[in-house]
Amino acid sequence: MKASGVQRVDWKRVVYDPQIRVQSRPVYNIHKGELVYVARVSLAVAAILLVSAGCSSPRTVRAASLRPAKERKKAPDFELKDANGQMVHLSDYRGKVVLLDFWATWCGPCKVEIPWFEEFERQNKDKGFAVIGVAMDDDGWDAVKPFAKDRAINYRLVLGNDHVADLYGGLEALPTTLLIDRGGNIAAVHIGLSGKNEFENGIQELLGAPGGISVPAVLMRAE
Amino acid sequence: MALPAVFLFLPCLCAQSNPILTVAPPQKVVAKRNSEVTAKVAVALGAGYHVNSNAPHEAYLIPLKLTWAAAPLEVAAVTYPKPTDEKYPFSPEQPLSVYTGNFDIATKFKVPADATSGLMVLDGKLRYQACNNTMCFPPKTVEIKLPVEVR
Repeated sequence: MKASGVQRVDWKRVVYDPQIRVQSRPVYNIHKGELVYVARVSLAVAAILLVSAGCSSPRTVRAASLRPAKERKKAPDFELKDANGQMVHLSDYRGKVVLLDFWATWCGPCKVEIPWFEEFERQNKDKGFAVIGVAMDDDGWDAVKPFAKDRAINYRLVLGNDHVADLYGGLEALPTTLLIDRGGNIAAVHIGLSGKNEFENGIQELLGAPGGISVPAVLMRAE
Repeated sequence: MALPAVFLFLPCLCAQSNPILTVAPPQKVVAKRNSEVTAKVAVALGAGYHVNSNAPHEAYLIPLKLTWAAAPLEVAAVTYPKPTDEKYPFSPEQPLSVYTGNFDIATKFKVPADATSGLMVLDGKLRYQACNNTMCFPPKTVEIKLPVEVR
């Protein structure tokens, strides 16, 4: 595994970018004891909000439009085998726009998106675009290969594992789909069934972005 | 409320925030030798979630399954409730066989004639895979402890 040195993704920062502003107001005529009480209550409320935020899980659809290029974080690299036993690194795809889809055969919403991704692959593969489907099935290829054959999935599939799930924030829910720009940075994260147009618009925007010259993966990996 | 008390309850707030599936600790059952006894496991699903039934329509879906390491008792039968066929936004044509809300799973145990009398705990496992309208959650297994008194 090429885990060492890989940057961990902080999903709350990837998906959200909260701008928390605290407004201060002068407090008049309050006894010192009351101020201490107010401070304690405020601290308690803040702690509860903080813990609640930490406990939140992706149980409703969270879709993000493309983040500004400067705010994007590196997508963690991984090393996973495809259906032919060939090792696949995300870094092999540097220079391309990548739709990275974490899915499973038991995930109904994932299956709605698969035909879209097949279409995106067909329409854009010559423009420096690729779809990678990371199957998270515990039963491995025994479950995934027949499914992929039935559906004639036309993009590359690899088998995920817990390590990769951890790299990508735990993957609490599927589908979790990322759009990765040509520089290998996460431009958007979609958790749950999203709209086809959202993906389509994001892909076209990334394909049209500056720096769109496809660099051979071998050269990128040699960097 | 005193400040330390607030912090004391914070982990509880976290643990209890909108659980997908919970299993109530089963009540103790009393079993007589050379007879049968039934135990119920009460399952509660959070609003908006469903789990596949024990017999989903599609082979690739993960069924709800209750298993027991029942010795010295024997599992005679596990009876699941009747599932419902529901359509979801991600499966508008093909209904799924699911459970929602609260339901019980009954297990009938045989008590051998030579079973040792006394209190024991049977270990069970409930495996499920839950989804809501837009996303699915990895399969999970809940450990169940069933107190049984053999007389």
